Amino acid sequence: MDGLSFHVEPGEVFALLGPNGAGKSTTVEILEGHRTRDVGTVEVLGCDPELASAAFRDRVGIVLQEVGIERELTVREVVAHYGACYSRCRPVDEVLELVGLDGLGDRRTHQLSGGQKRRIDLALGLIGDPELLFLDEPTTGFDPSARRQAWEMVDGLRTLGTTIVLTSHYMDEVQALADRVLVIAGGRAVAEGTPDELRGSMVRGTSIRTRFPVGAEGTVEGLLGGLSGRARVLGGRLEVRTEEPTADLHRLTTWALDRGLELEDLEVVRPTLEDVYLGLLDDYPESVEDGVAHIGPSDG
Amino acid sequence: MAESLPSPLRLLVRQVGYQNRKFRRVPVAAFFTLAFPLIFLLLFGTIYGDGEIFARGHLMKFTQFYAPGLAVFTAVSATYTNIGISTAIDRDEGILRRVRSTPLPRWVYLGGVVTSGVSIALVGALIMLFVGIGLYGVEVNVGGLPAAATTFLVGTGSFAMLGLALAALAPSGQSSPALANATILPVAFVSDVFIPIGDAPGWLRFIGNVLPLKPFVEAFSNAFDPFQAGSMWDLTLLVRIGAWGMFGALVAAWRFRWDPSVGSAGRRRRGPLVRRSQSIS
Repeated sequence: MDGLSFHVEPGEVFALLGPNGAGKSTTVEILEGHRTRDVGTVEVLGCDPELASAAFRDRVGIVLQEVGIERELTVREVVAHYGACYSRCRPVDEVLELVGLDGLGDRRTHQLSGGQKRRIDLALGLIGDPELLFLDEPTTGFDPSARRQAWEMVDGLRTLGTTIVLTSHYMDEVQALADRVLVIAGGRAVAEGTPDELRGSMVRGTSIRTRFPVGAEGTVEGLLGGLSGRARVLGGRLEVRTEEPTADLHRLTTWALDRGLELEDLEVVRPTLEDVYLGLLDDYPESVEDGVAHIGPSDG
Repeated sequence: MAESLPSPLRLLVRQVGYQNRKFRRVPVAAFFTLAFPLIFLLLFGTIYGDGEIFARGHLMKFTQFYAPGLAVFTAVSATYTNIGISTAIDRDEGILRRVRSTPLPRWVYLGGVVTSGVSIALVGALIMLFVGIGLYGVEVNVGGLPAAATTFLVGTGSFAMLGLALAALAPSGQSSPALANATILPVAFVSDVFIPIGDAPGWLRFIGNVLPLKPFVEAFSNAFDPFQAGSMWDLTLLVRIGAWGMFGALVAAWRFRWDPSVGSAGRRRRGPLVRRSQSIS
Protein backbone atom coordinates (compact mmCIF):
# COMPACT_ATOMS: atom_id res chain seq x y z
CA MET A 1 0.00 0.00 0.00
CA ASP A 2 1.31 3.40 -0.89
CA GLY A 3 -0.01 6.79 0.15
CA LEU A 4 -3.50 5.49 0.87
CA SER A 5 -5.54 7.87 2.99
CA PHE A 6 -9.24 7.90 3.78
CA HIS A 7 -11.78 8.67 6.45
CA VAL A 8 -15.07 6.91 7.14
CA GLU A 9 -17.97 8.71 8.82
CA PRO A 10 -20.14 7.00 11.44
CA GLY A 11 -23.19 5.36 9.87
CA GLU A 12 -21.64 5.41 6.43
CA VAL A 13 -21.28 2.49 4.03
CA PHE A 14 -17.78 2.85 2.64
CA ALA A 15 -16.47 0.62 -0.13
CA LEU A 16 -12.97 -0.26 -1.22
CA LEU A 17 -13.19 -1.25 -4.87
CA GLY A 18 -10.42 -2.85 -6.84
CA PRO A 19 -9.27 -6.01 -8.58
CA ASN A 20 -7.78 -8.99 -6.74
CA GLY A 21 -4.29 -8.09 -5.65
CA ALA A 22 -5.08 -4.38 -5.50
CA GLY A 23 -4.59 -4.31 -1.76
CA LYS A 24 -8.20 -4.24 -0.53
CA SER A 25 -7.87 -7.15 1.83
CA THR A 26 -4.51 -5.90 3.03
CA THR A 27 -6.06 -2.55 3.85
CA VAL A 28 -9.01 -4.12 5.64
CA GLU A 29 -6.77 -6.53 7.54
CA ILE A 30 -4.72 -3.60 8.79
CA LEU A 31 -7.92 -1.85 9.90
CA GLU A 32 -9.11 -5.04 11.63
CA GLY A 33 -5.82 -5.50 13.45
CA HIS A 34 -5.07 -8.77 11.65
CA ARG A 35 -2.01 -7.39 9.92
CA THR A 36 0.64 -4.95 11.04
CA ARG A 37 1.44 -1.94 8.91
CA ASP A 38 4.98 -0.96 8.00
CA VAL A 39 4.38 2.77 8.19
CA GLY A 40 1.52 5.20 8.58
CA THR A 41 -1.23 6.03 11.03
CA VAL A 42 -4.44 4.10 11.49
CA GLU A 43 -7.23 4.93 13.87
CA VAL A 44 -10.40 2.86 14.09
CA LEU A 45 -13.08 3.90 16.63
CA GLY A 46 -10.40 5.96 18.36
CA CYS A 47 -8.11 2.93 18.81
CA ASP A 48 -5.03 1.69 17.07
CA PRO A 49 -6.22 -1.68 15.74
CA GLU A 50 -2.72 -3.14 16.05
CA LEU A 51 -3.20 -3.16 19.82
CA ALA A 52 -6.46 -5.09 19.22
CA SER A 53 -7.74 -4.96 22.77
CA ALA A 54 -10.80 -6.96 23.75
CA ALA A 55 -12.68 -3.68 24.18
CA PHE A 56 -11.89 -2.79 20.56
CA ARG A 57 -12.88 -6.23 19.28
CA ASP A 58 -16.11 -5.92 21.26
CA ARG A 59 -17.21 -2.95 19.14
CA VAL A 60 -16.16 -4.32 15.76
CA GLY A 61 -17.73 -7.05 13.65
CA ILE A 62 -15.53 -8.76 11.11
CA VAL A 63 -16.69 -10.84 8.18
CA LEU A 64 -13.46 -12.36 6.97
CA GLN A 65 -12.73 -14.04 3.69
CA GLU A 66 -12.41 -17.80 3.71
CA VAL A 67 -12.34 -18.61 7.38
CA GLY A 68 -13.62 -21.90 8.66
CA ILE A 69 -16.54 -22.77 10.86
CA GLU A 70 -16.61 -25.65 13.29
CA ARG A 71 -18.07 -28.34 11.04
CA GLU A 72 -19.44 -30.56 13.75
CA LEU A 73 -21.59 -27.97 15.49
CA THR A 74 -24.95 -26.54 14.58
CA VAL A 75 -25.46 -23.05 13.25
CA ARG A 76 -27.11 -21.96 16.48
CA GLU A 77 -24.36 -23.45 18.66
CA VAL A 78 -21.63 -21.63 16.74
CA VAL A 79 -23.43 -18.28 16.65
CA ALA A 80 -24.43 -18.48 20.33
CA HIS A 81 -20.91 -19.46 21.37
CA TYR A 82 -19.15 -16.60 19.62
CA GLY A 83 -21.93 -14.24 20.69
CA ALA A 84 -21.23 -15.00 24.34
CA CYS A 85 -17.81 -13.33 23.98
CA TYR A 86 -19.39 -9.90 23.43
CA SER A 87 -20.77 -7.48 25.96
CA ARG A 88 -23.85 -6.80 23.83
CA CYS A 89 -24.84 -10.12 22.34
CA ARG A 90 -27.84 -9.87 20.03
CA PRO A 91 -30.51 -12.58 20.37
CA VAL A 92 -29.34 -15.52 18.24
CA ASP A 93 -32.68 -16.10 16.52
CA GLU A 94 -32.94 -12.43 15.61
CA VAL A 95 -29.51 -12.52 13.95
CA LEU A 96 -30.27 -15.79 12.13
CA GLU A 97 -33.42 -14.21 10.76
CA LEU A 98 -31.53 -11.06 9.78
CA VAL A 99 -29.10 -13.05 7.64
CA GLY A 100 -31.76 -15.40 6.28
CA LEU A 101 -30.76 -18.50 8.20
CA ASP A 102 -33.97 -18.83 10.18
CA GLY A 103 -35.07 -22.43 10.15
CA LEU A 104 -31.50 -23.66 9.65
CA GLY A 105 -30.31 -23.07 13.22
CA ASP A 106 -30.23 -26.75 14.12
CA ARG A 107 -28.31 -27.85 11.02
CA ARG A 108 -24.67 -28.87 11.33
CA THR A 109 -22.63 -26.20 9.57
CA HIS A 110 -21.03 -28.66 7.14
CA GLN A 111 -24.48 -29.48 5.74
CA LEU A 112 -24.92 -25.93 4.46
CA SER A 113 -24.14 -24.62 0.99
CA GLY A 114 -21.34 -22.15 0.33
CA GLY A 115 -23.73 -19.21 0.26
CA GLN A 116 -25.37 -20.30 3.51
CA LYS A 117 -21.95 -20.60 5.17
CA ARG A 118 -21.21 -17.06 4.08
CA ARG A 119 -24.37 -16.06 5.94
CA ILE A 120 -23.00 -17.68 9.08
CA ASP A 121 -19.92 -15.50 8.60
CA LEU A 122 -22.21 -12.51 8.43
CA ALA A 123 -24.20 -13.68 11.46
CA LEU A 124 -20.95 -14.00 13.41
CA GLY A 125 -19.98 -10.49 12.33
CA LEU A 126 -23.30 -9.14 13.58
CA ILE A 127 -23.90 -11.14 16.75
CA GLY A 128 -21.96 -8.70 18.96
CA ASP A 129 -24.05 -5.72 17.81
CA PRO A 130 -21.02 -3.94 16.33
CA GLU A 131 -20.70 -0.20 15.78
CA LEU A 132 -18.44 -0.94 12.83
CA LEU A 133 -18.70 -3.90 10.49
CA PHE A 134 -16.01 -5.03 8.06
CA LEU A 135 -17.28 -7.00 5.08
CA ASP A 136 -14.43 -8.46 3.06
CA GLU A 137 -15.86 -9.43 -0.32
CA PRO A 138 -19.22 -10.44 1.10
CA THR A 139 -20.67 -11.88 -2.12
CA THR A 140 -17.69 -13.43 -3.92
CA GLY A 141 -18.79 -16.83 -5.14
CA PHE A 142 -22.52 -16.07 -4.84
CA ASP A 143 -24.95 -16.71 -7.65
CA PRO A 144 -26.84 -13.62 -8.86
CA SER A 145 -29.94 -14.16 -6.72
CA ALA A 146 -27.88 -14.80 -3.58
CA ARG A 147 -25.96 -11.60 -4.28
CA ARG A 148 -29.19 -9.68 -4.60
CA GLN A 149 -30.35 -11.08 -1.23
CA ALA A 150 -27.05 -10.21 0.39
CA TRP A 151 -27.34 -6.68 -0.85
CA GLU A 152 -30.77 -6.37 0.68
CA MET A 153 -29.32 -7.65 3.93
CA VAL A 154 -26.52 -5.07 3.94
CA ASP A 155 -29.06 -2.41 3.07
CA GLY A 156 -31.04 -3.53 6.12
CA LEU A 157 -27.94 -3.06 8.29
CA ARG A 158 -27.62 0.50 7.08
CA THR A 159 -30.99 1.25 8.62
CA LEU A 160 -29.71 -0.13 11.95
CA GLY A 161 -27.08 2.61 11.86
CA THR A 162 -24.07 0.30 11.60
CA THR A 163 -21.01 1.79 9.96
CA ILE A 164 -19.85 -0.58 7.23
CA VAL A 165 -16.53 -0.87 5.45
CA LEU A 166 -16.79 -3.31 2.58
CA THR A 167 -14.45 -4.50 -0.12
CA SER A 168 -15.55 -5.68 -3.50
CA HIS A 169 -14.34 -6.17 -7.00
CA TYR A 170 -17.78 -5.69 -8.45
CA MET A 171 -18.68 -2.20 -9.56
CA ASP A 172 -22.40 -2.98 -9.52
CA GLU A 173 -22.18 -4.15 -5.90
CA VAL A 174 -20.54 -0.95 -4.84
CA GLN A 175 -23.08 1.10 -6.77
CA ALA A 176 -25.90 -0.73 -5.04
CA LEU A 177 -24.52 -0.51 -1.51
CA ALA A 178 -21.96 2.17 -0.89
CA ASP A 179 -22.38 5.79 0.12
CA ARG A 180 -18.78 6.43 -0.80
CA VAL A 181 -16.22 4.50 -2.82
CA LEU A 182 -12.45 4.41 -2.90
CA VAL A 183 -11.08 2.73 -6.02
CA ILE A 184 -7.67 1.20 -5.46
CA ALA A 185 -5.30 -0.52 -7.84
CA GLY A 186 -1.75 -1.60 -7.27
CA GLY A 187 -1.87 -0.47 -3.66
CA ARG A 188 -2.73 3.11 -4.59
CA ALA A 189 -5.89 5.18 -4.50
CA VAL A 190 -7.14 5.74 -8.04
CA ALA A 191 -10.42 7.57 -7.45
CA GLU A 192 -12.69 8.47 -4.56
CA GLY A 193 -16.25 9.75 -4.28
CA THR A 194 -19.89 8.77 -4.22
CA PRO A 195 -20.93 6.30 -6.93
CA ASP A 196 -22.64 9.19 -8.74
CA GLU A 197 -19.56 11.38 -8.53
CA LEU A 198 -17.46 8.55 -9.90
CA ARG A 199 -19.86 8.17 -12.75
CA GLY A 200 -19.72 11.89 -13.43
CA SER A 201 -15.96 12.15 -13.34
CA MET A 202 -15.09 8.86 -14.91
CA VAL A 203 -17.67 8.20 -17.59
CA ARG A 204 -16.52 10.39 -20.41
CA GLY A 205 -16.46 10.00 -24.15
CA THR A 206 -18.07 7.45 -26.36
CA SER A 207 -17.24 3.85 -27.15
CA ILE A 208 -17.10 2.57 -30.71
CA ARG A 209 -17.11 -1.20 -30.73
CA THR A 210 -16.95 -3.80 -33.43
CA ARG A 211 -15.97 -7.39 -33.94
CA PHE A 212 -12.32 -7.32 -34.98
CA PRO A 213 -12.20 -8.07 -38.73
CA VAL A 214 -10.58 -11.39 -39.63
CA GLY A 215 -7.28 -11.03 -41.46
CA ALA A 216 -6.82 -7.39 -40.55
CA GLU A 217 -4.11 -7.86 -37.93
CA GLY A 218 -1.28 -6.75 -40.20
CA THR A 219 -2.78 -3.42 -41.15
CA VAL A 220 -4.28 -2.37 -37.86
CA GLU A 221 -1.32 -0.36 -36.55
CA GLY A 222 -1.75 2.27 -39.23
CA LEU A 223 -5.41 2.66 -38.34
CA LEU A 224 -4.84 2.92 -34.62
CA GLY A 225 -2.16 5.57 -35.06
CA GLY A 226 -4.65 7.71 -36.93
CA LEU A 227 -7.41 7.60 -34.34
CA SER A 228 -7.84 10.38 -31.80
CA GLY A 229 -9.29 8.02 -29.18
CA ARG A 230 -7.76 5.10 -27.33
CA ALA A 231 -8.23 1.68 -28.84
CA ARG A 232 -7.89 -1.79 -27.43
CA VAL A 233 -8.80 -5.31 -28.39
CA LEU A 234 -11.20 -7.00 -26.00
CA GLY A 235 -11.58 -10.71 -26.66
CA GLY A 236 -11.70 -10.48 -30.45
CA ARG A 237 -13.50 -7.15 -30.36
CA LEU A 238 -12.10 -3.74 -31.08
CA GLU A 239 -13.10 -0.92 -28.81
CA VAL A 240 -12.26 2.74 -29.31
CA ARG A 241 -12.85 5.17 -26.46
CA THR A 242 -12.98 8.62 -28.00
CA GLU A 243 -13.96 12.23 -27.45
CA GLU A 244 -14.41 12.62 -31.21
CA PRO A 245 -16.79 9.86 -32.17
CA THR A 246 -17.74 11.27 -35.56
CA ALA A 247 -14.18 11.61 -36.83
CA ASP A 248 -12.98 8.30 -35.39
CA LEU A 249 -15.99 6.43 -36.73
CA HIS A 250 -15.25 7.90 -40.14
CA ARG A 251 -11.59 6.84 -39.96
CA LEU A 252 -12.57 3.36 -38.89
CA THR A 253 -15.16 2.82 -41.59
CA THR A 254 -12.88 4.32 -44.26
CA TRP A 255 -10.13 1.92 -43.19
CA ALA A 256 -12.52 -1.01 -43.44
CA LEU A 257 -14.01 0.02 -46.79
CA ASP A 258 -10.53 0.51 -48.32
CA ARG A 259 -9.72 -3.09 -47.46
CA GLY A 260 -13.11 -4.56 -48.23
CA LEU A 261 -13.64 -5.58 -44.60
CA GLU A 262 -17.02 -5.83 -42.88
CA LEU A 263 -17.26 -4.35 -39.37
CA GLU A 264 -19.66 -6.80 -37.83
CA ASP A 265 -21.67 -5.85 -34.73
CA LEU A 266 -20.60 -2.25 -35.07
CA GLU A 267 -22.04 -0.08 -32.30
CA VAL A 268 -21.53 3.36 -30.85
CA VAL A 269 -22.36 3.50 -27.13
CA ARG A 270 -21.83 5.47 -23.98
CA PRO A 271 -19.64 3.38 -21.66
CA THR A 272 -21.01 2.02 -18.40
CA LEU A 273 -19.35 2.61 -15.07
CA GLU A 274 -18.12 -0.99 -15.21
CA ASP A 275 -16.36 -0.26 -18.52
CA VAL A 276 -14.77 2.82 -17.06
CA TYR A 277 -13.64 0.88 -14.01
CA LEU A 278 -12.01 -1.78 -16.17
CA GLY A 279 -10.43 0.91 -18.32
CA LEU A 280 -9.11 2.57 -15.21
CA LEU A 281 -7.43 -0.66 -14.14
CA ASP A 282 -5.74 -0.90 -17.53
CA ASP A 283 -3.84 2.24 -16.63
CA TYR A 284 -2.24 0.31 -13.76
CA PRO A 285 -1.10 -2.97 -15.22
CA GLU A 286 2.43 -2.79 -13.85
CA SER A 287 1.48 -1.37 -10.52
CA VAL A 288 -1.05 -4.17 -10.10
CA GLU A 289 1.75 -6.70 -10.54
CA ASP A 290 3.88 -4.73 -8.10
CA GLY A 291 1.07 -4.74 -5.61
CA VAL A 292 0.78 -8.50 -5.71
CA ALA A 293 4.50 -8.88 -5.22
CA HIS A 294 4.65 -6.59 -2.24
CA ILE A 295 1.47 -7.68 -0.58
CA GLY A 296 2.56 -11.27 -0.56
CA PRO A 297 0.87 -14.55 -1.27
CA SER A 298 -1.58 -14.47 1.60
CA ASP A 299 -3.53 -11.59 0.09
CA GLY A 300 -6.91 -12.69 -1.21
CA MET B 1 -20.22 1.53 27.56
CA ALA B 2 -22.97 0.40 29.86
CA GLU B 3 -22.37 -3.32 29.43
CA SER B 4 -19.05 -4.87 30.29
CA LEU B 5 -17.30 -7.81 28.73
CA PRO B 6 -18.19 -11.22 30.17
CA SER B 7 -15.80 -12.42 32.87
CA PRO B 8 -12.87 -14.50 31.57
CA LEU B 9 -13.71 -17.32 33.95
CA ARG B 10 -17.22 -17.65 32.55
CA LEU B 11 -15.80 -17.57 29.04
CA LEU B 12 -13.26 -20.25 29.95
CA VAL B 13 -16.00 -22.55 31.27
CA ARG B 14 -17.97 -21.98 28.07
CA GLN B 15 -14.90 -22.62 25.93
CA VAL B 16 -14.20 -25.93 27.69
CA GLY B 17 -17.79 -27.04 27.08
CA TYR B 18 -17.53 -25.97 23.45
CA GLN B 19 -14.31 -27.88 22.87
CA ASN B 20 -15.70 -30.96 24.60
CA ARG B 21 -18.79 -30.83 22.45
CA LYS B 22 -16.64 -30.59 19.33
CA PHE B 23 -14.76 -33.69 20.48
CA ARG B 24 -17.95 -35.64 21.12
CA ARG B 25 -19.27 -34.82 17.66
CA VAL B 26 -16.35 -36.55 15.93
CA PRO B 27 -16.81 -40.25 16.74
CA VAL B 28 -13.58 -41.26 14.99
CA ALA B 29 -11.50 -39.02 17.24
CA ALA B 30 -13.36 -40.26 20.30
CA PHE B 31 -12.77 -43.85 19.20
CA PHE B 32 -9.04 -43.47 18.67
CA THR B 33 -8.55 -41.56 21.88
CA LEU B 34 -10.75 -43.50 24.27
CA ALA B 35 -11.52 -46.91 22.78
CA PHE B 36 -8.28 -47.74 20.99
CA PRO B 37 -6.08 -48.03 24.13
CA LEU B 38 -8.90 -49.87 25.86
CA ILE B 39 -8.85 -52.48 23.11
CA PHE B 40 -5.15 -53.03 23.91
CA LEU B 41 -6.00 -53.73 27.55
CA LEU B 42 -8.79 -56.12 26.57
CA LEU B 43 -6.46 -57.87 24.11
CA PHE B 44 -3.60 -58.22 26.59
CA GLY B 45 -6.02 -59.32 29.28
CA THR B 46 -7.59 -61.92 26.99
CA ILE B 47 -4.32 -63.22 25.54
CA TYR B 48 -2.32 -63.42 28.76
CA GLY B 49 -5.12 -64.01 31.26
CA ASP B 50 -3.58 -64.48 34.71
CA GLY B 51 -0.06 -64.71 33.25
CA GLU B 52 2.73 -62.72 34.84
CA ILE B 53 5.33 -60.35 33.50
CA PHE B 54 8.59 -59.05 34.97
CA ALA B 55 8.29 -55.30 35.20
CA ARG B 56 9.55 -52.58 37.53
CA GLY B 57 11.61 -55.10 39.44
CA HIS B 58 8.82 -57.53 40.22
CA LEU B 59 6.77 -60.30 38.71
CA MET B 60 3.25 -58.98 38.36
CA LYS B 61 0.06 -59.75 36.44
CA PHE B 62 0.09 -58.52 32.84
CA THR B 63 -2.98 -56.37 33.38
CA GLN B 64 -1.53 -54.92 36.59
CA PHE B 65 1.35 -53.66 34.44
CA TYR B 66 -0.71 -52.55 31.45
CA ALA B 67 -3.76 -50.84 33.00
CA PRO B 68 -1.99 -47.79 34.52
CA GLY B 69 0.42 -47.44 31.58
CA LEU B 70 -2.41 -47.55 29.06
CA ALA B 71 -4.39 -45.08 31.21
CA VAL B 72 -1.47 -42.68 30.88
CA PHE B 73 -1.25 -43.43 27.15
CA THR B 74 -4.94 -42.56 26.79
CA ALA B 75 -4.35 -39.33 28.67
CA VAL B 76 -1.45 -38.45 26.38
CA SER B 77 -3.60 -39.19 23.30
CA ALA B 78 -6.30 -36.88 24.63
CA THR B 79 -3.83 -34.07 25.27
CA TYR B 80 -0.68 -34.18 23.16
CA THR B 81 -2.08 -35.97 20.09
CA ASN B 82 -5.58 -34.50 20.04
CA ILE B 83 -4.63 -30.94 20.88
CA GLY B 84 -1.70 -30.98 18.47
CA ILE B 85 -3.76 -32.29 15.55
CA SER B 86 -7.01 -30.42 16.12
CA THR B 87 -5.34 -27.08 16.79
CA ALA B 88 -3.22 -27.33 13.63
CA ILE B 89 -6.32 -28.24 11.60
CA ASP B 90 -8.37 -25.45 13.19
CA ARG B 91 -5.62 -23.03 12.27
CA ASP B 92 -5.60 -24.19 8.64
CA GLU B 93 -9.37 -23.89 8.44
CA GLY B 94 -9.18 -20.34 9.71
CA ILE B 95 -11.03 -21.05 12.94
CA LEU B 96 -8.18 -19.61 15.01
CA ARG B 97 -8.25 -16.53 12.82
CA ARG B 98 -11.94 -16.15 13.47
CA VAL B 99 -11.37 -16.51 17.22
CA ARG B 100 -8.86 -13.67 16.98
CA SER B 101 -11.56 -11.47 15.44
CA THR B 102 -13.67 -11.73 18.56
CA PRO B 103 -13.09 -10.18 21.99
CA LEU B 104 -12.35 -13.66 23.40
CA PRO B 105 -8.90 -13.36 25.03
CA ARG B 106 -6.36 -15.68 23.39
CA TRP B 107 -5.38 -17.25 26.71
CA VAL B 108 -9.03 -18.11 27.37
CA TYR B 109 -9.24 -19.88 24.04
CA LEU B 110 -6.03 -21.82 24.59
CA GLY B 111 -6.97 -22.44 28.21
CA GLY B 112 -10.25 -23.92 26.99
CA VAL B 113 -8.42 -26.20 24.57
CA VAL B 114 -6.01 -27.39 27.27
CA THR B 115 -8.66 -27.84 29.96
CA SER B 116 -10.92 -29.71 27.57
CA GLY B 117 -8.03 -32.03 26.66
CA VAL B 118 -7.27 -32.66 30.33
CA SER B 119 -10.92 -33.41 31.10
CA ILE B 120 -11.17 -35.86 28.20
CA ALA B 121 -7.91 -37.44 29.41
CA LEU B 122 -9.45 -37.88 32.85
CA VAL B 123 -12.52 -39.61 31.46
CA GLY B 124 -10.38 -41.92 29.31
CA ALA B 125 -7.99 -42.82 32.14
CA LEU B 126 -10.85 -43.51 34.55
CA ILE B 127 -12.56 -45.80 32.06
CA MET B 128 -9.29 -47.67 31.59
CA LEU B 129 -8.70 -48.04 35.32
CA PHE B 130 -12.26 -49.09 36.11
CA VAL B 131 -12.19 -51.72 33.37
CA GLY B 132 -8.82 -52.94 34.70
CA ILE B 133 -10.05 -53.09 38.28
CA GLY B 134 -13.49 -54.49 37.47
CA LEU B 135 -12.53 -57.00 34.79
CA TYR B 136 -8.99 -58.05 35.72
CA GLY B 137 -8.75 -57.34 39.43
CA VAL B 138 -6.04 -54.71 39.08
CA GLU B 139 -4.88 -53.80 42.60
CA VAL B 140 -4.81 -50.21 43.83
CA ASN B 141 -2.50 -48.79 46.47
CA VAL B 142 -5.01 -46.36 47.91
CA GLY B 143 -2.37 -44.39 49.80
CA GLY B 144 -0.70 -43.54 46.51
CA LEU B 145 -3.79 -42.04 44.88
CA PRO B 146 -3.18 -38.39 45.84
CA ALA B 147 0.29 -38.61 44.33
CA ALA B 148 -1.16 -40.33 41.26
CA ALA B 149 -3.81 -37.62 40.87
CA THR B 150 -1.16 -34.90 41.14
CA THR B 151 1.00 -36.74 38.64
CA PHE B 152 -1.99 -36.96 36.33
CA LEU B 153 -2.59 -33.20 36.45
CA VAL B 154 1.07 -32.32 35.95
CA GLY B 155 1.40 -34.93 33.21
CA THR B 156 -1.71 -34.04 31.22
CA GLY B 157 -1.01 -30.32 31.61
CA SER B 158 2.53 -30.83 30.35
CA PHE B 159 1.49 -32.99 27.41
CA ALA B 160 -1.20 -30.45 26.55
CA MET B 161 1.58 -27.83 26.33
CA LEU B 162 3.59 -30.19 24.14
CA GLY B 163 0.46 -30.57 21.99
CA LEU B 164 0.32 -26.81 21.52
CA ALA B 165 4.01 -26.88 20.65
CA LEU B 166 3.31 -29.61 18.09
CA ALA B 167 0.54 -27.48 16.56
CA ALA B 168 2.91 -24.51 16.51
CA LEU B 169 5.62 -26.48 14.70
CA ALA B 170 3.41 -28.49 12.30
CA PRO B 171 3.68 -26.90 8.87
CA SER B 172 0.04 -27.72 8.13
CA GLY B 173 -3.02 -29.38 9.60
CA GLN B 174 -2.62 -32.22 7.12
CA SER B 175 0.85 -33.10 8.36
CA SER B 176 -0.05 -32.88 12.04
CA PRO B 177 -1.44 -36.44 12.53
CA ALA B 178 1.72 -37.95 11.04
CA LEU B 179 3.90 -35.75 13.23
CA ALA B 180 1.90 -36.57 16.35
CA ASN B 181 1.99 -40.32 15.80
CA ALA B 182 5.59 -40.41 14.61
CA THR B 183 6.63 -38.73 17.84
CA ILE B 184 4.41 -40.40 20.44
CA LEU B 185 4.31 -44.06 19.30
CA PRO B 186 8.08 -44.78 19.34
CA VAL B 187 8.30 -42.95 22.65
CA ALA B 188 5.54 -45.14 24.07
CA PHE B 189 7.60 -48.25 23.24
CA VAL B 190 10.50 -47.09 25.41
CA SER B 191 8.25 -45.81 28.20
CA ASP B 192 6.77 -48.95 29.82
CA VAL B 193 3.47 -48.54 27.96
CA PHE B 194 3.33 -51.47 25.54
CA ILE B 195 6.30 -53.49 26.81
CA PRO B 196 8.42 -53.33 29.98
CA ILE B 197 11.62 -51.49 29.15
CA GLY B 198 13.55 -53.06 32.04
CA ASP B 199 15.59 -55.55 29.97
CA ALA B 200 16.34 -53.20 27.08
CA PRO B 201 19.88 -51.95 26.40
CA GLY B 202 21.00 -49.10 28.61
CA TRP B 203 20.98 -46.43 25.91
CA LEU B 204 17.35 -47.23 25.05
CA ARG B 205 16.35 -46.99 28.71
CA PHE B 206 18.27 -43.73 28.88
CA ILE B 207 16.22 -42.31 25.99
CA GLY B 208 13.04 -43.39 27.75
CA ASN B 209 14.13 -41.75 30.97
CA VAL B 210 15.05 -38.47 29.31
CA LEU B 211 11.67 -38.17 27.54
CA PRO B 212 8.54 -37.16 29.48
CA LEU B 213 6.30 -40.20 28.98
CA LYS B 214 8.30 -42.71 31.06
CA PRO B 215 8.37 -40.51 34.18
CA PHE B 216 4.62 -39.94 33.75
CA VAL B 217 3.92 -43.69 33.50
CA GLU B 218 6.29 -44.45 36.37
CA ALA B 219 4.93 -41.85 38.79
CA PHE B 220 1.35 -42.73 37.95
CA SER B 221 1.88 -46.51 38.14
CA ASN B 222 3.31 -46.19 41.64
CA ALA B 223 -0.25 -46.05 42.94
CA PHE B 224 -0.91 -49.38 41.21
CA ASP B 225 2.13 -51.24 42.42
CA PRO B 226 1.00 -54.17 44.60
CA PHE B 227 4.46 -54.35 46.20
CA GLN B 228 4.35 -50.80 47.48
CA ALA B 229 2.42 -49.06 50.20
CA GLY B 230 2.47 -45.47 51.33
CA SER B 231 1.96 -42.16 49.58
CA MET B 232 4.60 -42.71 46.87
CA TRP B 233 5.43 -39.05 46.22
CA ASP B 234 8.32 -38.70 43.80
CA LEU B 235 9.10 -35.04 43.20
CA THR B 236 12.00 -35.79 40.87
CA LEU B 237 9.67 -37.48 38.42
CA LEU B 238 7.17 -34.62 38.65
CA VAL B 239 9.88 -32.06 37.97
CA ARG B 240 11.09 -34.04 34.97
CA ILE B 241 7.57 -34.13 33.53
CA GLY B 242 6.92 -30.50 34.36
CA ALA B 243 10.17 -29.41 32.74
CA TRP B 244 8.98 -30.89 29.45
CA GLY B 245 5.68 -29.06 29.92
CA MET B 246 7.57 -25.78 30.37
CA PHE B 247 9.60 -26.56 27.28
CA GLY B 248 6.37 -27.17 25.33
CA ALA B 249 4.88 -23.92 26.59
CA LEU B 250 8.00 -21.99 25.55
CA VAL B 251 8.01 -23.50 22.06
CA ALA B 252 4.29 -22.73 21.73
CA ALA B 253 4.79 -19.16 22.93
CA TRP B 254 7.67 -18.76 20.49
CA ARG B 255 6.14 -20.26 17.36
CA PHE B 256 2.36 -20.35 17.78
CA ARG B 257 0.49 -18.89 14.77
CA TRP B 258 -3.14 -17.90 14.57
CA ASP B 259 -3.27 -17.43 10.82
CA PRO B 260 -3.51 -20.29 8.32
CA SER B 261 -0.26 -21.32 6.71
CA VAL B 262 0.12 -19.90 3.22
CA GLY B 263 -1.45 -22.11 0.56
CA SER B 264 -3.42 -24.21 3.02
CA ALA B 265 -6.93 -25.32 2.24
CA GLY B 266 -8.58 -22.74 4.45
CA ARG B 267 -7.15 -19.86 2.55
CA ARG B 268 -6.90 -20.93 -1.03
CA ARG B 269 -6.04 -18.12 -3.33
CA ARG B 270 -8.55 -17.36 -5.92
CA GLY B 271 -7.25 -16.83 -9.41
CA PRO B 272 -6.32 -13.32 -10.41
CA LEU B 273 -8.91 -11.09 -12.01
CA VAL B 274 -9.39 -12.32 -15.53
CA ARG B 275 -7.90 -9.47 -17.43
CA ARG B 276 -10.37 -9.12 -20.18
CA SER B 277 -8.41 -6.64 -22.21
CA GLN B 278 -5.02 -6.00 -23.60
CA SER B 279 -4.09 -2.47 -24.34
CA ILE B 280 -2.63 -2.14 -27.80
CA SER B 281 -2.48 1.61 -28.01
